[in-house]
Amino acid sequence: MTDPVTPKTLPPHHLPPLKQIGKPLRRVDALGKAVGATQYAADFTMPGMLHAKVLRSPIASGKIVRLDVARARALSGVACVLTGADLPDAKLGTDMPGQSGRAARTGSDAPVLATDVVRFHGEPIALVAAETLEIAEAALQLIDLQLEPTPGVFCPEQGLMPGAPNVFGTDNAVASYKIRKGDVEKGMAQADLVIENTFFVPFVEHAYLEPEAGVAWVDEQGTITIRVCTQVIEHFRTVAKALGVPQNKVRVMGTMVGGGFGGKEDVTVEIFLALLARATRRPVKLVYTREESFLATSKRHPFKITHKTGVKRTGRITAAEITMLADSGAYPYLTPYVLLYATGMAAGPYKIDNVKIDSVAAATNQPFTSAFRGFGGPQAAFAYESQMDEVAKALLMDPLELRRVNYLKTGDTTVTGQAIRSAAWSEECATRALAALGEKTPDTPDRKVGRGFASYFQSYGRIMWFHDTSRAWVGMELDGTVIVRCGVPDIGAGQSNSLCQIAAEVLGVPLERVSIYSTDSALTPLAGTSTATRQLYMSGNAVLQAAGVVRASLVKKAAEMLGVSPEDVDLADGEASVVRSPGSGAARASSSPSGLGGGMPLADVAARCASSGLPLAHLAQFNAPFTEGLDPETGRGDIWPDFTFGAQAVEVAVDTETGEVEILKSAACHDVGRAINPAAARGQIAGGSHQGLGYALMEEYVVKDGMTQTPSLSEYLIPTAVDFPSTEAILLESGTGVGPFGAKGIGEPSLTPAAPAVANAIADALGVRIFSLPLTREKVLAAADAGKNVVKPDRHW
Amino acid sequence: MGGADVSERKITLRVNGRTHEVSLPGHRTLLEALRDLGHTDVKNGCEKGDCGACTVLLNGRAVNSCLVLAWQADGATIVTNSGLGTADDPHPIQTAFADAGAVQCGFCTPGLVLSAKALLDANPNPTEAEIREAISGNLCRCTGYSQIVEAVRLAAVRSLKGSGEASHRGQSATDGSHSPSGSRVTGEVQ
Repeated sequence: MTDPVTPKTLPPHHLPPLKQIGKPLRRVDALGKAVGATQYAADFTMPGMLHAKVLRSPIASGKIVRLDVARARALSGVACVLTGADLPDAKLGTDMPGQSGRAARTGSDAPVLATDVVRFHGEPIALVAAETLEIAEAALQLIDLQLEPTPGVFCPEQGLMPGAPNVFGTDNAVASYKIRKGDVEKGMAQADLVIENTFFVPFVEHAYLEPEAGVAWVDEQGTITIRVCTQVIEHFRTVAKALGVPQNKVRVMGTMVGGGFGGKEDVTVEIFLALLARATRRPVKLVYTREESFLATSKRHPFKITHKTGVKRTGRITAAEITMLADSGAYPYLTPYVLLYATGMAAGPYKIDNVKIDSVAAATNQPFTSAFRGFGGPQAAFAYESQMDEVAKALLMDPLELRRVNYLKTGDTTVTGQAIRSAAWSEECATRALAALGEKTPDTPDRKVGRGFASYFQSYGRIMWFHDTSRAWVGMELDGTVIVRCGVPDIGAGQSNSLCQIAAEVLGVPLERVSIYSTDSALTPLAGTSTATRQLYMSGNAVLQAAGVVRASLVKKAAEMLGVSPEDVDLADGEASVVRSPGSGAARASSSPSGLGGGMPLADVAARCASSGLPLAHLAQFNAPFTEGLDPETGRGDIWPDFTFGAQAVEVAVDTETGEVEILKSAACHDVGRAINPAAARGQIAGGSHQGLGYALMEEYVVKDGMTQTPSLSEYLIPTAVDFPSTEAILLESGTGVGPFGAKGIGEPSLTPAAPAVANAIADALGVRIFSLPLTREKVLAAADAGKNVVKPDRHW
Repeated sequence: MGGADVSERKITLRVNGRTHEVSLPGHRTLLEALRDLGHTDVKNGCEKGDCGACTVLLNGRAVNSCLVLAWQADGATIVTNSGLGTADDPHPIQTAFADAGAVQCGFCTPGLVLSAKALLDANPNPTEAEIREAISGNLCRCTGYSQIVEAVRLAAVRSLKGSGEASHRGQSATDGSHSPSGSRVTGEVQ
């Protein structure tokens, strides 16, 4: 056992006596991965397997004037070449109705393979399957592809101008929202000061270590079976639609995912593999190279965000007027939802009565953009938290004091009028994160030290009009071991482990006695997507329900066997034992038949349940709250089930000669509701923070006239072990979340506050604000030069 | 076939105690050769030496196997992560990774365990800075490295204490593995 990770806890709400929950246990998936036994999607082979490659567009915008695959087809060892002409009806559904049964959004489909025109650098045009990878690569070279470049759209403003080249729909507008709350003109008139700033964020690449991969074959029932790394096994439906086959004739067998972060939320290799396997009736493998992974899959949305904030001298915000412009890239994918998230969180965790928000996303001939950890939240937070510090500076006010005046509290409403129902511990989180920085490091002649922090709120769980559901099956075997079956894709954040820990808690067994089968669309109950920080909330509740039914059988039978009433039976350490109800005397019976805990082995109880017909297994479905959407004119309504609140604080040293920024200290404090596994929760915070610090200081997926300029990990730099110190993770547990045991979600929220915290720290060091990410040396140096004569305000910290 | 005009050479790859005699063309990387032989715990993350996921120990030294040609490894002793230990008999570094929460998606883990092994073989009591330096060629996108650094430290501390670890069956074998060759292996010799 590693050093214990003790959550720093405020007075808990409704904290039950917990045995497995809240312990930093070794995750059930950890050892297999540590010894290299875990098989990832690219590790599987099949007898007679073919190898696939994809021909991709070398330009960003053009007409296909010639596409002749005859020579490729004729190459010895080539089994199959497919172009769009071979698949006239195949469409890639890029919307995500998931389990809802909703129709996909109009216009959300993309071509599986480009036929007449190409709209982005890397768009797929043809597929090859061959006996070896070398032959498949050689066949790509033999395809005669001639393209005629056409004028493209290379920024969203241009896309929305009249007469712009057409990329999407009639006007390139992929989605737009407006939110109207109170009277923003009146609110601005009440203000003592109005501050307006514009912020920019770039394309960002997920850069998970595992490139997209899969193997597909047609099984003996004619079912197209795809073993693939994905966050969404429900894409079996997307594949079925693209191929025109019944949904029960496509099976997705997910693997352990080598990192997702939203990049494996959309379809990647699945449809290509299905088409080739169907055409050849042989197993086919497709593994993206790193460059292809960069070119072929989505990016985080670039945004331009303008904040106009009206504020009283007391710090009270009287009005916020916000505009957002996002780059959708060449196809919509999840842009409308990402834009909705950004819009709904645009004003941050602040109570503002008069709000006007207008947001729009435009199509361009750039990489398509879609889900990425935070889903619009990080972009919004960079803007709103930078703006909060600018407002504080204008008021000569401490940034924490300004926020304290405005923080949303339980019962307050968001910009869409949604009431916050759970704990909103923004102030506590910010205070603790700042305190964790300790003594301030002194400046040196060349290095100015600054501190900054950022608060945030971020939803967990899907948009409620998606009518989200999850299912899980929990059963006890006759030896007292436990099996969980749940279609949850495990993308490395501990999704499987959390479910096992919950089942262990409810059924009173050690974690080692729980096994889980997951991520198979045919054999495990569908649990929905591993996205939106929803699996602990949704599938955790489903496991809680299912395990509860099994527990009821065990408790009933154990009570009979022990000759006590069911209320006096507890399950722990693999045994049923007698506990006295409150007020009925001694805590725990001292005379028990056998076993460590002085109780009856659960194997004995399970055997008796089985012989008397009591159910030892149960399939449960958990439904999130269902709503019907926002008012399109005012944006009024509830969007998400609940929110996580937190803050991150950093101390930076800025070298005023070189522009280099060193993160000296970093601490993040989040109310996770309940830490099911504190070590895993801490891992989410440390890892999310690192991605956020990379977003702040290094990461930019550079696109010039639609062409990717950073197609490798030596050009697109992500943080290494020597770039940043560890982020101290401070876990608060309000117990007020809608997840099991009061848990909230932490997977995505952990990333959100890092970048604005760094931006605010650099502004603190230099006295000059940088309005765009990443905070490169060039920008920092320019800010340092501009800041030489700036007098910094005094700060309490 | 695509490789028909490429001359092949018969080479011997000694991997985790197994001996593979294979004929390979000169351009085949050690990464490709190992994965084709079933050593899929050696991960392919970039094929350019940028990510470290394909790290193996080549004669005790941690290398990116994508930057080594298979011919260059002819006769060499190669250890992959699963050569250090198994789930039933894990190497203490593997155990420490699992215990410390250093494993999230796990794709970078085999390479990181080997970089840690190479470090601890040379320096049994590294500082945090030395650990960070030693693993700086291995990218991890999930953890932020905090718990990986803690895992390496934990492995070092447990090894130095040499106690409290009796329950780990790999321990006795591990003491032997701290030889400079780093060549403790498991598995059948063909």
